[in-house]
Amino acid sequence: MKNVRPRVKVPKSASAGDVITIKTLISHPMESGTRKDKEGNVIPREIINRFTCEFNGESVIDVTLEPAISTNPYIEFEAKVPEAGEFKFTWYDDDGSVYEDTQKITVG
Amino acid sequence: MTMTRRDALALAMGGVAATMLPLPALADASADAIAKFTGGASMGEGGLTLTAPEIAENGNTVPISVDAPGAAEIAVFATGNPTPAVATFKFGPLAGSQMASTRIRLQQTQDVIAVAKMPDGTFVQAKSTVKVTIGGCGG
Amino acid sequence: MTLRFSRTILAATAAFGLSAMALHAEMANDELNINGDLPITVKAPAAEHLKGHLDEVYSGWLFRSDETRAMEQDDFDNPIMIFAEQGMETWDKVDGTAGKSCADCHGAIEEGMKGVRATMPKVNSKGELWSMEDYINDCRTNRMGAEAWGWDSGPMHNMTVAITVQSRGMPVNVKIDGEAAPFWEKGKEIYYTRYGQLELSCASCHEENYGNFIRADHLSQGQINAFPTYRLKNAGVVSIQNRFKGCVRDTRAETFAVGSPEFHDLELYVASRGMGLDIEGGGVRP
Repeated sequence: MKNVRPRVKVPKSASAGDVITIKTLISHPMESGTRKDKEGNVIPREIINRFTCEFNGESVIDVTLEPAISTNPYIEFEAKVPEAGEFKFTWYDDDGSVYEDTQKITVG
Repeated sequence: MTMTRRDALALAMGGVAATMLPLPALADASADAIAKFTGGASMGEGGLTLTAPEIAENGNTVPISVDAPGAAEIAVFATGNPTPAVATFKFGPLAGSQMASTRIRLQQTQDVIAVAKMPDGTFVQAKSTVKVTIGGCGG
Repeated sequence: MTLRFSRTILAATAAFGLSAMALHAEMANDELNINGDLPITVKAPAAEHLKGHLDEVYSGWLFRSDETRAMEQDDFDNPIMIFAEQGMETWDKVDGTAGKSCADCHGAIEEGMKGVRATMPKVNSKGELWSMEDYINDCRTNRMGAEAWGWDSGPMHNMTVAITVQSRGMPVNVKIDGEAAPFWEKGKEIYYTRYGQLELSCASCHEENYGNFIRADHLSQGQINAFPTYRLKNAGVVSIQNRFKGCVRDTRAETFAVGSPEFHDLELYVASRGMGLDIEGGGVRP
């Protein structure tokens, strides 16, 4: 059974116009679709196929993931913070599930 | 069945053919995947940095990062994997840089290729050879 | 007689192959400081009982590549923390017929379990040598009225990791004298016994050849202070005794089972070889 949970690391505050580093990790098996079970049957592919990050509705990054991404996908990138607001992180699973996380940031 | 010298030669040649065949096939798969991303456009160099370990202690989790200031998109390909495509990073207006890091699976020692689509619509590529150790005591 | 003779040669050849022909690589000259505020001792003078065997002890972390070491420097980069978080949630959850959670008896995991990992394995009140897994299952079955977890099951991995991280930065502190002495002696005997068709003892690789390569693997001292560990190969948690099983199997031997008396004894002995090092589990290893 999959036990999927997203984690994100975003600074709590920044100065307007700052560039910050964001780290994300989601626990997920990333079943590649090329492995076989003990009976020799192919285990169907089931991966996170897309990850997006938006800030106040505007895109930061949009990633297409393939089966070559490791178990528990890790993605690190940088974002501009023009104002206070909220980051929204979304992971899309092959099985139709969508996992979301949000993180507020203040501008001081 | 007794084996004549000719049979042995044919067998040996067959063996060579069999081992040679998958290589161009694999290279084609990578070329196809890259062409799909670039639309067949010609490829320059420079302006794109691909960071990958020279030796990966385990092919299951290989950290890589790509960095191409100003790029609209960066795609990563693993030329020695059964399916070459690895990931495509599209940078939005609020990207703080055109840099991203992730962890990837590499089935064997191979070239990892990154291709960046630059703001003027041209493409550049960077390549890095990663030796994947097949040891892995225990487990 | 002939058979015995040839096996001796095989063993000698294996030993020669390992020591004389192997590639040596320097280990990292690096300091482990998790999240920048949790310094971990990864290099220390060897304990008194290792006199004549080792002068210094080194965490396996020092034998890993730059990339693997980096993953352990930051809790966000270290995927084992996903498992630790799940274990911490389970800690506070009621389970079993007694209607109790771990926290009901032991309080907050950060307080109640501080230092516990550093003393494991430990002789219990009945005079048996128990690993952390045994103590957990004893609580579950006798105090909580819940089902025992399998040694290498998901919930057991989560819980052992959650408990282990509460001792990070604390020195390995296993008791090896008194009641523990006979277990420790047996463990030592197993450590130096050659097993399998390859006739390798733990010491063949981890005492006589650490720093050298066996095939593509950079041999460490086989310390267990970073266990349970996140293994890149499995993309999951590996327990101490599961690691032992893998090692013994690689000597082409029938291995002892996880939870067996032999592996308990060995766990105590190997833990004692790490005295001077700090607990760094859950680590990251290839």
